Amino acid sequence: MSPNSPKKEYTRKDFASDQEVRWCPGCGDYAILAAVQRTLPSLGSTPENTVFISGIGCSSRFPYYMNTYGFHTIHGRAPAIATGLKLANPKLDVWVITGDGDGLSIGGNHLLHVLRRNIDLQIMLFNNQIYGLTKGQYSPTSQVGKVTPSSPLGSIDQPVVPTRFALGARATFVARAFDTSKKLPEALSAAREHKGASFIEILQNCPVFNDGVFELITDRKTGPAYQLWLEHGQPMKFGANGEKGLRLKPETLSLEVVTIGEDGVSEQDIVVHDETNASLAWMLTDLPEVVALGVLYRQPGPVYNESVATQRDLAEDRFGEPDLHALLRQGHTWTVS
Amino acid sequence: MEPSAAARVQPSPRETLDSVIIRFAGDSGDGMQLTGSQFTTATADAGNDLSTFPDFPAEIRAPAGTTYGVSGYQIHFASHDVQTPGDAPDVLVAMNPAALKVNSEVLKTGGLLVVNSGAFTANNLKKAGYEVNPLEDGSLDRFRVLALDVTKMTLDAVKEVGLGSKDANRCKNMWTLGLMYWLFGRERDQTVGWLKNKFAKRPKLAEANIAALNAGHIYGENAELPHGINAYQVPSANLAPGEYRNISGNEATAWGLVTGARLAGLEVMYGSYPITPASSLLHNLARLKHFGVTTFQAEDEIAAVAAAVGASFGGSIGVTGTSGPGVALKSEAIGVAMMAELPLVIVNVQRGGPSTGLPTKTEQSDLFQAVWGRNGDAPLVVLAAATPGDCYYMAIEAIRVATTYMTPVILLTDGYLANSAEPWLLPDVDALKPFPVAFHQEPEGFHPFSRDEETLARVWPVPGTPGLEHRIGGLEKDRSTGHISYDPHNHHLMTSVRHDKIAGIARDVAPAKVDQGDNHGDLLVVGWGSTYGSIRQAVSVLREKGHQVSHLHLRNIWPLPEGLGNLLDSFHTVLVPELNNGQLVKLLRAEYPVDAVSLPRVTGLPFRIGGLIQAMEERLQGSAI
Repeated sequence: MSPNSPKKEYTRKDFASDQEVRWCPGCGDYAILAAVQRTLPSLGSTPENTVFISGIGCSSRFPYYMNTYGFHTIHGRAPAIATGLKLANPKLDVWVITGDGDGLSIGGNHLLHVLRRNIDLQIMLFNNQIYGLTKGQYSPTSQVGKVTPSSPLGSIDQPVVPTRFALGARATFVARAFDTSKKLPEALSAAREHKGASFIEILQNCPVFNDGVFELITDRKTGPAYQLWLEHGQPMKFGANGEKGLRLKPETLSLEVVTIGEDGVSEQDIVVHDETNASLAWMLTDLPEVVALGVLYRQPGPVYNESVATQRDLAEDRFGEPDLHALLRQGHTWTVS
Repeated sequence: MEPSAAARVQPSPRETLDSVIIRFAGDSGDGMQLTGSQFTTATADAGNDLSTFPDFPAEIRAPAGTTYGVSGYQIHFASHDVQTPGDAPDVLVAMNPAALKVNSEVLKTGGLLVVNSGAFTANNLKKAGYEVNPLEDGSLDRFRVLALDVTKMTLDAVKEVGLGSKDANRCKNMWTLGLMYWLFGRERDQTVGWLKNKFAKRPKLAEANIAALNAGHIYGENAELPHGINAYQVPSANLAPGEYRNISGNEATAWGLVTGARLAGLEVMYGSYPITPASSLLHNLARLKHFGVTTFQAEDEIAAVAAAVGASFGGSIGVTGTSGPGVALKSEAIGVAMMAELPLVIVNVQRGGPSTGLPTKTEQSDLFQAVWGRNGDAPLVVLAAATPGDCYYMAIEAIRVATTYMTPVILLTDGYLANSAEPWLLPDVDALKPFPVAFHQEPEGFHPFSRDEETLARVWPVPGTPGLEHRIGGLEKDRSTGHISYDPHNHHLMTSVRHDKIAGIARDVAPAKVDQGDNHGDLLVVGWGSTYGSIRQAVSVLREKGHQVSHLHLRNIWPLPEGLGNLLDSFHTVLVPELNNGQLVKLLRAEYPVDAVSLPRVTGLPFRIGGLIQAMEERLQGSAI
């Protein structure tokens, strides 16, 4: 495409590569892939300026199926590779694809640092609470007691809560969604719009090694009772008819699930979501009886790659044109004749 | 340096010496590194050739007065070509008993010992492990001792400035430097200017240090020195004409990386995690943002190299610098750069290993790690710099090879090169040959693993280019489409092509050539890296004695240069001295039918010339026909 040709309108197909998708039948990754391919054109993304960087694991095959630039890297290191890429070319739209093992086990350190530095990219963490590619061992998000080949008597590891980890790392954007949700594109769009590191946990079903682990939440029938979709400035209500909500218990500084109209609970008792409130977001990461979905936290902060550019400008202003001849002669020199 | 009868005459003319080795030694807090580097600058100004070696403890501030807190700085200067900081010093400056204890063994018999007797208190003697004051028990009789109460004379000299006792006491090193300047006929101007600049915001400190410097010098001018101690002169050396500066290896590497990137037309993304002795590369590069350098202090060694790999994918030259333990952590990321065929430069400033080893000491024991230290058949390029100034040219070469062949390049330097300084003839940067990178642009027939027929380098398409969207990674790729492939035949072919690409680089670098001597003879000494100076000097001594000895120094460790096999074959004996337990020697024996002999040394210190000469003479006797 020459620079003078009219701007092309991209569709979902433009973002799909010619490679045969090789995830297991029924894998939640298919739905996530479709959501991403559908969402990118609507965001004005172009295949040439979009890059997907992944680590290792089932989720990390993702870049092969996108007709964008992609790099299927090494286990856990995608955030660090993406950091270098973004520093080399800040104009690129960089997405990191990782999983609960890749991002929170072997790559936990890099996830921590990419979030606290607030590099402008999107991190999609597919959480299926299991190691799929190595055939079903427990992962750092598996529930205690999970029976797997490496934990025949049940896992004794305490699980990490991904969104809580992200908040602890001082992420500036933390969201949660699930693979088959119609609202996943909305979360992806919000992540993309956010300047800085956006963290999205996507609950994802592994039909082979951990089938149905999120079923109560994601099922059409049972789901409404467990899905709390957050909206900034709106009371945090859920349930098939919005009859349930979250109320603050001031004596324990915690949130409890209440039913509006019961025990004297009224609409006014329901806490209004404020996505800039880190304390509230912290409580929303791990609620009893219900799962908070959508944007838990969004509070823009200094963006690392922009600060790098600012310092570059500062150095250029201070030191002027680079001059190798002068560089080698800085300090003391002498002449032998 | 030997005393002469002329020394007795006062005022004496300066005695002429050909070559002097001085070691400054004191507590970590005594400012010995500053003293040594100032003496070095003044010596360079005097026109001598020189070489230096700082030797400091791993502890940042070891308890004062202890032997493990002693910091040393050795300088060798001469009216002729100087290759190394020298073996045994002619002059030892010991600022306290611990410095004397650690260094008195190495001082030559008859050597000049300058000691600060003011620091020889009962407490300091005890901390250094002396039961009796060595200044009083005759144990130093084999030296010419100049024992002066430097502490007192310094405090007297700076009294008028009105500093607190701690700051006043810290001027001792300048008093000593002033005396040494007088003894060896060095000018003070440069140091005076440096002090004014260094203490621009604290003029009293500048005044006091200058007063101490002058007082030390005046002491030398006026005092009647003991019998046998004289003032000296070392005539200027016959250096090639041109503009010079002193340079350390890490400075040279940093500047070479910047130069190389400009010759390639690329920006530098330097990812690093602080590690001794590589950290000053990061410090040097962090100051050069206006040269198109981005430095990224990563969370760990892995992230540092990973960010460099990401930057290379994005069209910068990704560089990471570290030492051996860091390379161990980076291995997998270096492997993916090799597999994805991305350019990458890894600088390994080697230190004493294994594991944490001897962090502040020098060693060359990461050669195997560099050549073979990855999973799978993972060939890449390994280069080694020979001198501090050579680091500049090898860093440029690392970027040239990495970008021309789309491959990781490991550049081996070491702690000795990193910290030693030598006069360096400044290059004409305008005369350096550019090697501009052309990113792939053409979508027609594109796939990411299409190769240049001659170099076998794959194309370098960068994200942001329309029509070249593609995916790379650590999985094996089909040689004709670039897609993932598990085909057995394809894997065999791809493994071969990766091998052939690296092996072919031997055709693009200078063939093997002896640095000194003939192309055949009794003994060929093959070295690599920072042992260059020691081997060169030892070989020239033996050649002067009439031996058929030659010196060949390898800068291309992998692939080895063309013609090496023939040269190895042309000598009766091949000796390989290295600061490890025998690594290059095994590489040579694996690649060529040569019965090369190892000369290993792992003491954390450079070779001594004397030791090398002895080992070579033994081989020569053994090989006598």
